[in-house]
Amino acid sequence: MTEHRSASRGESSLLRRSRWRSGDAAFQVGVSAVGWLIIAILVGTAVFLIGESWSSLRHFGPLSFLTSTRWAPSEATSTQTDPNPYGIAQFVYGSLLTSMIAMLIAVPVSVMVALYITDMAPMWLRRPLSYLVDLLAAIPSVVYGFWGIFALIPAIRPVGQFLADTLGTAPVIGPLFAGPFFGVSYFTAGVILAIMVLPIITAICREVFAVAPIQEKEAAFALGATRWEMLRMAVLPRSRAGIIGASLLGLGRAIGETIAVTMVIGNNVLAISKSILGQGATMPSVIANEFTEANQPFHLQSLFVVALWLLILALIVNTVGKVVVRRVGKDIA
Amino acid sequence: MTTDTLTPAPAPEVSAPVRHLQRRKGTNLAMTIVLSLAAALTVGVLLWVLGYVAAEGLKYLGPEFLTNTPPGNPADLGGGFLNGIIGSLEVVGIATALSVPPGIAAAVFIVEYGGRIASTVSFLTDVLVGLPTIVTGAFVYAVWVIRFGFSGIAGAIALALVMLPLVIRAAAEMLRLVPHELREASLALGVTRARTIVSVVLPTARSGIITGVMLAVARAMGETAPLLLTALGNDLFIEADPTHRMSTLSLQIFGNAITGFKAAQARAWAGALTLIAIVLLFTIAARLIGRTSRVGGR
Repeated sequence: MTEHRSASRGESSLLRRSRWRSGDAAFQVGVSAVGWLIIAILVGTAVFLIGESWSSLRHFGPLSFLTSTRWAPSEATSTQTDPNPYGIAQFVYGSLLTSMIAMLIAVPVSVMVALYITDMAPMWLRRPLSYLVDLLAAIPSVVYGFWGIFALIPAIRPVGQFLADTLGTAPVIGPLFAGPFFGVSYFTAGVILAIMVLPIITAICREVFAVAPIQEKEAAFALGATRWEMLRMAVLPRSRAGIIGASLLGLGRAIGETIAVTMVIGNNVLAISKSILGQGATMPSVIANEFTEANQPFHLQSLFVVALWLLILALIVNTVGKVVVRRVGKDIA
Repeated sequence: MTTDTLTPAPAPEVSAPVRHLQRRKGTNLAMTIVLSLAAALTVGVLLWVLGYVAAEGLKYLGPEFLTNTPPGNPADLGGGFLNGIIGSLEVVGIATALSVPPGIAAAVFIVEYGGRIASTVSFLTDVLVGLPTIVTGAFVYAVWVIRFGFSGIAGAIALALVMLPLVIRAAAEMLRLVPHELREASLALGVTRARTIVSVVLPTARSGIITGVMLAVARAMGETAPLLLTALGNDLFIEADPTHRMSTLSLQIFGNAITGFKAAQARAWAGALTLIAIVLLFTIAARLIGRTSRVGGR
């Protein structure tokens, strides 16, 4: 139909038009290609990590990495397969434990800070306060690690000592808090991670709280609710899914965080130290520490195995978090 | 309610509803205090970090630090991170050039063209934002470093991959804010879709996109982990050729901070302060540009 119409306008117009059209099409093809590039990057990351770790996975068997808690590259030889000298369960434990500590601290604080900013602070304070909290996210990881060694560890030493003296001798949960506390530990790493993910969780929570329907807030006030009661009745119940999604995205960030953790966790790769006051390593920290010095048989390939598991873990956490946050967004809209 | 002060009454009579109200008001006050304390604590931690780094950094930060390379022996006093500063600017500069054009193109694809693939790309972009940067580093190692060796280029590719999803997300958010009437007006004049996007939509969203790019640059400046696996570092001399292994400010801070030598740590503190200054400069400038935005603007 369009062809018919443009044909009636004479040939030059037709030519120009088709050239325009082809430019238009080329533009669309171009931007679509870039879109495919994004898909290719994600697929490529998985493919290349599998490719680099393949020889190690085949040599030792893919599951033997997760059943051992001992990472001892110096014991590796090119022929021996059992026991696997590259156990990574202690890194998984370290990553999960430090992230859990971070979540236990960061989620409640983030929710409170976000509530304060959206509904409680004086109007003039709200914008500057949210800028300041956002600035926490701008501080580089390596600076947090350095600050952690020299400022945070001395400050939390009494806390660690207190935990070891009280909970450390308690029955059942005792081993989880057993001392001695040297400063570098899962606990220290968890506290730093809490500070680093706090601005991320706060930012999402702020958006979630900000879209709570104003009518319901006003209705709560009209019924005589205090401000806190209004938050509890009209804001928090609707925001539960959003808070969970925000926490999962923060968790994803905490699991992948590398340099700051590497600097304060103690880098014990030989076994699981169960106590949160003990020293350990996380999946990212062992990669950062050993990657450029990997010289044992299957050493580098086994580090790629760690990277592969880290990718899988991070993808699961982030995807679930994103799906939850998106669904919340749709409900609101 | 009036209480008779003359007769020693058997406890002042307070009715149940009043007591209830007082308890509710008490809870409200307590929660107000708790929430303000949480906010104060958060800002306090920020000031603690910034203050501590400033105090330690200013002890050594000066012209000597900004114009010299580190001494051959890390235990020696003196020297600076000039090679790292040059490396950071160069690597992040290349990363910006590599990530911004495809980032904006992908955002155009997501917002202007739409469709099932576009929404998949949009979702994957959000997943990419959460990809651990050390994994990105390992990926670039496997793709590039194994073939061409450690280099500034490899570091720039890794940082570009870190920046790309940030740029896409920021640009897409800005494009969504451009009013539909502008596009319709342009299309109604017979302008093609591509021209409409290039000449009408993108210029309208420009300052918002610049804000997003600058925030991504700030993020890349501070990255260390992916550079360990790609640019590797080069502590001794100024290296401006990006095909060779290069140092960056973040790598030098990391390397010097964990040595245990007082002199190296002094340099690392000065470096940390320099890095924070650069990152904050970009972050604040980004906010200021964002305020002038023609669309949205927070």
